[in-house]
Amino acid sequence: MEAVAPIVKFTSLQKRYGDGPLVLDGINLQVQPGDFITFIGPSGCGKSTILKLVSGLSPWTVGGLTVAGVKPRQARDRQAFIFQDATLLPWLTARHNVELPLRLRGVPAEERVAKARQMLELVGLGAASDYYPRQLSGGMKMRVSIARALTLAPQLLLLDEPFGALDEMTRNRLNEELLALRVQAPFTAMFVTHSVAEAVFLSNRIVVMAANPGRFHAEVAVEFPYPRNPELRARQDFQAKVNEVSQRLHEVEVHA
Amino acid sequence: MKKLPPILLWGLPVVSGLLFVAVWYGVRAVSGLQSWILPTPVDIFRAAFSERATLLAAAGQTAIGALGGFVLAAALGFVTSLLLGVSRSLRASLYPWLLVLQMTPVIVLTPIIMLWAGPGMPGIITITWLISYFPIVANMTQGLLSTDMNHVALFRMCNASRLQEMLLLRVPSAMPLYLAGLRIAATLAPIGAIFGEYMVGNSSGKSGGLGFLVYSYNTQIKIPALFATALTSCLLGFIFVAAVSWLNWAVLHKWHDSFERNDH
Repeated sequence: MEAVAPIVKFTSLQKRYGDGPLVLDGINLQVQPGDFITFIGPSGCGKSTILKLVSGLSPWTVGGLTVAGVKPRQARDRQAFIFQDATLLPWLTARHNVELPLRLRGVPAEERVAKARQMLELVGLGAASDYYPRQLSGGMKMRVSIARALTLAPQLLLLDEPFGALDEMTRNRLNEELLALRVQAPFTAMFVTHSVAEAVFLSNRIVVMAANPGRFHAEVAVEFPYPRNPELRARQDFQAKVNEVSQRLHEVEVHA
Repeated sequence: MKKLPPILLWGLPVVSGLLFVAVWYGVRAVSGLQSWILPTPVDIFRAAFSERATLLAAAGQTAIGALGGFVLAAALGFVTSLLLGVSRSLRASLYPWLLVLQMTPVIVLTPIIMLWAGPGMPGIITITWLISYFPIVANMTQGLLSTDMNHVALFRMCNASRLQEMLLLRVPSAMPLYLAGLRIAATLAPIGAIFGEYMVGNSSGKSGGLGFLVYSYNTQIKIPALFATALTSCLLGFIFVAAVSWLNWAVLHKWHDSFERNDH
């Protein structure tokens, strides 16, 4: 296990905004390549901040953090970020939105077009490529967002409550699709959610966080092998795992 | 609130317009004012018809001045906003002076403009530009600064350059506000041109624009023709606003929420 270099490594990290209170304290974590690690916890526990630090969008105060062995900002080529709302540019069609990261990187037009078509087909939206975002449903927008994030074949995908605004059926289906995509385009995932069931279904590791200051409370391993299919949700050992994580969350909320 | 049925939507303005005309005739009958002080609508239309060649030529002249000033304001407003949007220090150094310019009444500046730009078209275009410039800058700058923070984060994650962020993100997302600025400017540009003509226009080449006509009809006490000039100015204003509304539609209707359709 230790033979593989971690893709993300936090060492005794602390984070505060300006002179404000500690947002994160004593963060130690090693994310291994291939992990699907989920952060769950009460609001204000800093779970989204973890992703912001890894992406280099926000600096930390004390301690260390490396992504693929280098500073987060230097490792941006290796990662992609999926936000809570799909953050599509409304004036671009689905296809042009997917092309955007390639365009920003100066990839030639022909290559961009081919890649965008391939990615949209991968998320099942080949027919909607010329639609503008406002013509798409919430679930379709999120699929475009996922396609956009995967165009650069990132090693590390950061997902900040991507399915939080969707109805449960759409959310479940997108959960299944996300895991299916990992078979074709393997990526390590760091995922933030409020939903315990979603965390258990997707992850092999779940980190339960506590607030004031934000810190790790417990880590729960989820051993169900991949690929996982929808039937998993109906199994008793799945429900037991959901209960276990909920119990851990409850401890945090009681002490909060 | 329930929408008005189309018949009322078209019918009510007609009814209120007719009422207005009735009141007009009523005031005239009661007060006994003469046509050269308060002409009837018929007097005005008659004057408009007999002066149609003069009015049309003047409207054309005014349209050129208004368009010149408007295009200048649209272009300079765009560039100024880019400068203001690029850097905080540039914004801090320039914006207060733009406000000073905006707060100074154009009428005070008119003699200076005439002195510098010269009478006739250059002065008229300068005045029009001055009147319609600020709303464009204010709106567009606001647009450039209110870009969605998640979109900015997305661009940063892709290691986008400042130039890419400006051209591919901030400018397109400011378009709705830029166009809102243009729409305000479109209502102001004909007013600016007519005011300019009134102040610095002349009849060189036989047509000094609607503003000069105001001056000329007034000195001749042709009051119905003066009203006809007002009517023509109003029509010119509508044409300007309609043109910019069309531009707004052309740029935004495919993607912007203000043109949301319910057909999908």
